[in-house]
Amino acid sequence: MKTPTTLKYSKTHEWIRVMDEGIVEIGLTDFAQSELGSLVFVNLPDEGDEVESGEAFGDVESVKAVSDVISPVSGVVAEVNEVLLDHPELINDSPYETWLIRVSDITDEDELLDAEAYDQFCETEGS
Amino acid sequence: MELKTPLYDTHVKLGGKIVPFGGYLLPVEYETGMLKEHLAVRQTAGLFDVSHMGEIFIEGKGALDSLNFIMTNDFTNLKIGRVRYTLMCNDDGGIVDDLIVYRLAENRFMLVVNAANTAKDDAHIRAHLLPDTEMHNRSESIGLLALQGPHSAAILQKLADQESIPTGYYSFREHVQVDGIECLVSRTGYTGEYGYEFYCASDEVVELWDKLMDAGSEFGLIPCGLGARDTLRLEASMPLYGHEMNESLTPLEAGLDFAVKMNKDFIGKDAIIKKGVLCKRVGMRVEGRGIIRENQDVYLGEKKIGVTTSGTYLAYLKGAYAMAYVETGAVEQGDKVEVDVRGRRIKAEIVPFPFYKAE
Repeated sequence: MKTPTTLKYSKTHEWIRVMDEGIVEIGLTDFAQSELGSLVFVNLPDEGDEVESGEAFGDVESVKAVSDVISPVSGVVAEVNEVLLDHPELINDSPYETWLIRVSDITDEDELLDAEAYDQFCETEGS
Repeated sequence: MELKTPLYDTHVKLGGKIVPFGGYLLPVEYETGMLKEHLAVRQTAGLFDVSHMGEIFIEGKGALDSLNFIMTNDFTNLKIGRVRYTLMCNDDGGIVDDLIVYRLAENRFMLVVNAANTAKDDAHIRAHLLPDTEMHNRSESIGLLALQGPHSAAILQKLADQESIPTGYYSFREHVQVDGIECLVSRTGYTGEYGYEFYCASDEVVELWDKLMDAGSEFGLIPCGLGARDTLRLEASMPLYGHEMNESLTPLEAGLDFAVKMNKDFIGKDAIIKKGVLCKRVGMRVEGRGIIRENQDVYLGEKKIGVTTSGTYLAYLKGAYAMAYVETGAVEQGDKVEVDVRGRRIKAEIVPFPFYKAE
């Protein structure tokens, strides 16, 4: 799967999409979903919760493992993708079209990678 | 250093995600993923490479007496052509391993042991053999495949004569020609589903794999990895060595009384009786969301009563289940407990074994 150049990436394998009016979407990368394997549960925060850059805001569980999802930004949860509570497999099927949360009122952002740099980072991680 | 089974290249070619297990490099899942592999075994068929398992042969006039002394089960009335599950214990009554015993002839038996324990078992058995008994560890020269699932019989019928195929559960036949490859075929497995296991020369196991996969394609047969093997055995509530069994637990604590015969003498018997049943293996089903995994504390109210040994999401039952050891008498079927999952309390109900039983 090609890494979209329109997104930015964290070293903990989340992607963010910057939308209008200072809102960002956060999702999991293809590398992350393929390492975890078939996902069966996601635990997400509630609307209005604060998230902190570099801190876990939820976790995703596959048959074999559980993994924290780290927020690349600090802000307030504006929206939660509740479809995922019943259909976590959407993350496996189309990781870059499946956001977990939308965050507004952003006060801080981690240093993020572009697609090319992220691909290179995964190569060193994966092997 | 990790060993490779003869099928290593096949697994890589099939997109297997390779992990070290029991001293071998084996696929945890293929490209299809372990959820689909799990469902294939329940609904169609799956093929597993389990060549890593150990095969130890015990022969001679003292073979039966040796086994009855070393093992917790009794093989006196085991018929030739039949298989029996057993444990073996140390002097303290702790479980050294669990294994299955094939009676090949009056005085000849094949023991199939866990890969990670093969060397330990070899030493333990060797040290306790009675006179007139020979032992040969042939783990390296034998390949083993498991064909499991409701379509297994239809697949095997394409490759072997109907009358050469074993029928009864835990029975086996030797010298079965599976499309020209000589195998010992048994009606055994570790999935809780109908199926067969094939023992052949390790240099023929790749060819056997290909023949079974070809024959099975029209029946929905897919290759399955260690991940599905683990979730299937958990769904069928079978204990796994290193999780539900170890050298500080007795077979009675593990709930394996059916494989312990107290009307004979065997290594560990006195210690097992003396220790009593301090804790018990129980099953639980998660209520609501979340997954319980191994090594998580189990609470009844605010009191810690035990710890989990296996747990994950089970694809056929569509729920999260776990096994745990709790203090004897602490809970009954239907009781609600809580498990500490990474600082969060997850509610679960104590449910009976097996979680799943094939129709």
